[in-house]
This record gives sequence, structure tokens and C-alpha cells, in this order.
Amino acid sequence: MSAIRLLVGTRKGAFVLTSDGKRRQWDISSPHFAGWEVYHLKGSPVDPNRLFASQSSGWFGQVIQCSKDGGKTWEPGGNDFKYAGTPGTHLWYDGTPHPWEFKRVWHLEPSLTDPESVYAGAEDASLFRSADGGRTWQELAGLRGHPSGPKWQPGAGGMCLHTIILDPSDPRRMFIAISAAGVFRTDDAGETWRPMNRGLRSDFMPDPTAEVGHCVHRIAMHRFRPGVLFMQKHWDVMRSDDAGESWKEVSGSLPSDFGFPVHVHAHEPETIYVVPIKSDSEHFPPEGKLRVYRSRTGGNEWEALTNGLPQRDCYVNVLRGAMAVDSLEPCGVYFGTTGGQVYGSADAGDKWEPIVRDLPAVLSVEAQTLP
Amino acid sequence: MIRVGLPAHLRTLAHLDGEVTLHVDGPITQRSILDAIEARYPMLRGTMRDHVTQRRRAFVRFFACGEDLSNEQPDNLLPEAVAIGAEPFLVVGAIAGG
Repeated sequence: MSAIRLLVGTRKGAFVLTSDGKRRQWDISSPHFAGWEVYHLKGSPVDPNRLFASQSSGWFGQVIQCSKDGGKTWEPGGNDFKYAGTPGTHLWYDGTPHPWEFKRVWHLEPSLTDPESVYAGAEDASLFRSADGGRTWQELAGLRGHPSGPKWQPGAGGMCLHTIILDPSDPRRMFIAISAAGVFRTDDAGETWRPMNRGLRSDFMPDPTAEVGHCVHRIAMHRFRPGVLFMQKHWDVMRSDDAGESWKEVSGSLPSDFGFPVHVHAHEPETIYVVPIKSDSEHFPPEGKLRVYRSRTGGNEWEALTNGLPQRDCYVNVLRGAMAVDSLEPCGVYFGTTGGQVYGSADAGDKWEPIVRDLPAVLSVEAQTLP
Repeated sequence: MIRVGLPAHLRTLAHLDGEVTLHVDGPITQRSILDAIEARYPMLRGTMRDHVTQRRRAFVRFFACGEDLSNEQPDNLLPEAVAIGAEPFLVVGAIAGG
């Protein structure tokens, strides 16, 4: 019988949540890396028991942890994230040049084909790759070396490379997203990169339709349709039908088009999920009602999913990495909140139940569907 | 032997209980002690000082013999009591927050 393993990163450690395929009873692990921020954990699609975790602290910096037994035991990997060459500068909040400084890893993306290979998206915005299971890391410097790199500026959360999507149909193509530079795509395995932001509009920028500078919060792809991307931007939900070459807005009937996560149903490429947040200055759900919005039409037409979610006095946020889906039938959907709740739905969002209510603030959720 | 006290999070990371005792070759300095610790416990590399610059991380402090030695030069000799193992060299996570 299938089983589900949720990998939950929080402000104060990581948790592994497991259930059988019914998804009714969950076992919650004790915290791994207790007291440390865990921005992200993810398992290898090739070997699901190979897990990678980004553990960091303002005191002791970055640690990468690796597990070969599904998170039962962990061993530290390498943490020497050295920028290639002379790092140079990007722009600081005040528009002055500021040296590139490695701060932490926001996102880990294991290879689709090689269990020893994993990518790391870092702050300050940069992309690293390990070919030896996380022991050593080399920068894919073509991204940061893009001619626009010296003009990138941080968003409020720092200048983070927070999303990495590997194209399952083309091993040389990948997408990344940076706050606040935007989406970039490589078609040559990371050697060179092109901005993919045509159609985005950000009214806070001097040039609202500039090629780079957009605060993209998350992008998502369905693995069977890699030419279609969805985006939750600082404001606006967007879609691209040409692998990022152009974008159009699909916010439609949402009560707010500000938010962080966006995700795609495991079996229905036109079914997508977002969690509207009131505004960029009020990071909580509109009207104090925690609602996931689902579109079955790839955007524009949205329905509120509220069954089992708090519909009054709820002022949590759902961060960009904190939503995931499993690949069972029906599709399971999961998200974590800054209030420490992890909610799950075993029926594609129709009904929700809290899996656990009182974790530290949730930074990320990943779902593994195990045989 | 040199005695070193590490903060709880770094002891956990290095799978250690209690104080570390080390043999350190040559002059006993911050640098030589940290070099010896990192050689024995590679997972601690980068957690106390920067990989590239070798500068102390901002919220890591060094104490010995009741004194804050954090801002001493890394190649300055440490107190004799540390060098003979009478007193530990303490790596401390700074109290920060509010």
C-alpha cells in the first residue's frame, strides 16, 4: 500500500510526517536539527530515501544535512558555498552597490535522474550544484554572471533564489526564480540564462515592465506539461504557455492576488492552487478567513476551498515553499502556516484537516508518495 | 591537552557530549585551536568562522579565563592557563534576541 511522507521545514527544526495511503492517521517525528531554521527539505525522485535538508542559523551559518534512510538518520554534508571568481556587487536596498554575500540555502532540488546530484538555490541569489550527494558544491556562475546581475536588488525577505524547477522533458532546461529579479531559464544545463519575465507588470518599479526586477514569489509546473508555468507574483497570479517566454495574468476572481505559494494538481495540469493574502503590508488572509483557492481552468475562474479551514480570526501566512501535493488518487494537497499548523486534504482540496497544529512557524512542505 | 567548550548546537552537530580535548601543535592561538577542531570535526567548518575570510562569525564569541577574547587577533597567543589545559577555551553563541 502506498504511503505519504511530508517533509516540513520550520523556524526551529524539521519534522517528518508519515501516513499510509488513506491519509487519515499521521505520525509526527520529533524535531530534527532542533533550534535551527530549516528552510527546505526534499527527497530524490530517483531514490526517495535520499533526503537533503538546508539547516541554518544566524549564529552558526549554513549546514546541509543528508539522509539515506528517509530521515531516520542524518549526516552533515558540505557547507562551503563559495561564489565563483571575483563575486562583484549587486544593488542594495538603497540602490548602492553591495558585495555578493552567501547567507543561506533556500531551496534544494535533487536531480530527476541521478541520486548524487542536487541543486541549491541560495541567498544572495545564486545557484549551486553538488554531484557527490551534497559533500561539495560548485556555483553555476552563469546565472549570477548574467549582464543584469549587478542590478539585481533584494526583496523584503532578502535576495533569494527560492525556486528551482527541472524540466522532465529536457535535462538541459531548468527554471529558477529570484526575489526580486524574476524568472530565468537555461537551455544548456546552467551555462547561460535568459530572463523570462515578459508580460509581468510591477507598478512599484520605475519601469513596471522591465526585463528584470520583478518580485516573483513562486513558480510551478506540471511534470507532464513542462511548457506551461504558473506564477504567484508579489501581486498577480500569472501563467505562461510558452515555457516562460511570455506571461498573462490569470488572477481573475481571486479576493486578493497577493500571496506566496502556487501549486499544480498531480493529475490535472489545469487545476492549480493559491492562498490569497490580504496585501504586501498585511501578511494574513483577507477577512481572517483561511481559504485555499482552486482553479480547474488554469486560472481566472477560482473557487474558495474552506471546508475544515478556520473561517474567522485567522491571521497566519502561508509561505512560498509551504504547499505540496502527493500523487495518489485522489490527489492530496498540503500546506503549512506561520502559526505552525500543517493542513492536509485527501480529496484535492474539497475537505481539509489539520495534521498537526502546533509546530514552529512552517517554512516549507514537501510531499513524497512512497510505494 | 587543550580543552575546548562548544555551544550545545555545535556539540549536537558534531555528535559530541561535553568538553573536547585536543592536542594542538605549535603556539596555542585561536587559529591553531580552531584548525585542530575543524580537522577532527569537519562538519564544524564554516560554523564558527567564515570559510573564505576565516573571520569569526558575528554571533560567535571566544572566552577564556573570564575574559572576552573575541576581538583578539587570531594568531595572538592565548593565556597560559589555556595552553596547559588548566582552563578551557570557550566558543559561545552570543546572546542575541529580545
